[in-house]
Amino acid sequence: MPNAFWCIVEDDRNGSPKKVMAEVIGEASRLAPGKVEAVWLTDKASEAGLKQLAEWGATRVLLLEHAALAPYRSEVWAAAAAELAGKEAPKAIFAPVTSRQREFAARLAARLGVGLAADSVGFALEGDSLVATRPVYAGKLLSKVTWAKSPWVATLRPNVFRPAEAQPGKTAAVERPAVAAAPAQMKFVERREEVSTGLPELTEAETVISGGRGMKGPENYVILEDLGRVIGAAVGASRAAVDAGWRPHRFQIGQTGRTISPKLYLGFGVSGAIQHLAGMRTSKVIVAINKDPEAPIFKIADFGIVADLFEVVPELTKEFKKLLEK
Amino acid sequence: MKILVTIKQVPDTATQVKIAADGKSIDTAGVTWIVSPYDEFAVEEALRIKEKRGQGEVVAVSLGPDRVKEALRSCLAMGCDRAIHLNDPVWSAADTLTTARALAAVVKQEEPGLVLCGRQAIDDDMGAVTAQLAEILGWPCAYWIMEEAIDADGKSVRAARQVEGGLEVFDLPLPAVLAAQKGLNEPRYPTLKGIMGAKKKEIKDVKASDLGSAPEPPQLSIVGLQALPPRPPGRIIQGDVPTAVKELVRALREDAKAI
Repeated sequence: MPNAFWCIVEDDRNGSPKKVMAEVIGEASRLAPGKVEAVWLTDKASEAGLKQLAEWGATRVLLLEHAALAPYRSEVWAAAAAELAGKEAPKAIFAPVTSRQREFAARLAARLGVGLAADSVGFALEGDSLVATRPVYAGKLLSKVTWAKSPWVATLRPNVFRPAEAQPGKTAAVERPAVAAAPAQMKFVERREEVSTGLPELTEAETVISGGRGMKGPENYVILEDLGRVIGAAVGASRAAVDAGWRPHRFQIGQTGRTISPKLYLGFGVSGAIQHLAGMRTSKVIVAINKDPEAPIFKIADFGIVADLFEVVPELTKEFKKLLEK
Repeated sequence: MKILVTIKQVPDTATQVKIAADGKSIDTAGVTWIVSPYDEFAVEEALRIKEKRGQGEVVAVSLGPDRVKEALRSCLAMGCDRAIHLNDPVWSAADTLTTARALAAVVKQEEPGLVLCGRQAIDDDMGAVTAQLAEILGWPCAYWIMEEAIDADGKSVRAARQVEGGLEVFDLPLPAVLAAQKGLNEPRYPTLKGIMGAKKKEIKDVKASDLGSAPEPPQLSIVGLQALPPRPPGRIIQGDVPTAVKELVRALREDAKAI
């Protein structure tokens, strides 16, 4: 449908949309009620996944299902999506910030010759234009940007936008346009899975625990993981801890790591260097535990305890356990 | 093999940024400028490829005003052979697409076997130029790479990209575009000899007219910059550890409703 707001589906590679899609569809529905379409590029979609997209509020699902679309390659995805966009003429193309969607959205915008607002945290319709808000300069400023023409391509920071509430029984028309998948130049070799910590993924988690220099060594992160298991939190680290070799880079929160925006952030022994704040300052509630009362993180914290984290963490784990068992 | 590395000069993270009088840009007075950290990973990787293969050329390219020469000079000090400076006021409002188009024109003139970029520049954090450059060139592209190896005959590169939950490894035929992620390598510091030598290396000034076509107007423009809304003042919870922790858990549950 012309002028629709497209939501590009991020899935779990097993046929189900990730829950961040509720946020993308929720924001698109707020801006363009009744005009929200999910566009799903995949090698396999599940019926449950299609139903989920409809219940979140997509009025129509455009399913591009083809073996060549997995594993994700920007060259193949951008060509397929651009061809469909040429026929459908959407007004906006939204996708959540993930490693692949960031690349895909950029490549698609170039193919369509339009602008891209990456990692957006807010949108406003002003007359016939859309204005996006995005953090810049290590999150020290907000930049408002607008597009010269549509489709307006944007990626949305997870955990920022209000998720759509699922409406059980709501349905959507599912269409399966033919995909002219261009032969990929890139050849897939292998996927190496990370050793799973059993905890949520950093950028998706609603609660994130972070350990900084104050953790004193790699062996101590186990106490944060214990706490993480109790409250269902991801466990990350500051750059100081990553550069010291205590945690792999994939756990780094900050400017040269992951940008997170959880509902609750708990920093232990994190000083709060600007480059760390750049990756977490849009968190809703910030808790800081540090021995040093002068640590800069206390300036942005909602709650702070000036104490030794090695005394606080076991106590906190115990208290949360008590609370959550109630 | 000739390798092109794209770099961007950005304010140092620790630098204070103030909004300029136009409300759309930052006041550059007193700003300390650096090469964007991810771009340093790209430069380092290019130098390592050249050293490993025992031959080749590494060319650093950047778009921006006169001050950008300083950033290019530090890439030359690290070991790049020469530099190209896209320096023309018509690019002052360049968006990622304008930048990618200008870089693509340079790539077509230089014909490198590989283009290395940083994952994103740490000023506007858009992270788009790499993919857009690949799109304009019609080249394959791998984002957020943690390792790479070029085969002996220089026909393809095996790259491992970081994705949620693991690494995905691909073979890309060359020429290709790769975006460096932190963890790819540890960038070297320029040596004194490198710094002295950099003064004699070429930094070529390129105007938009040298690239054959006038830049198109930007597709994305900045309406305005604003300071972050201040966070409400926080609360330091007093008392001994068990008491403070109990109060913290209560406040998170009842006041903040965060757990």
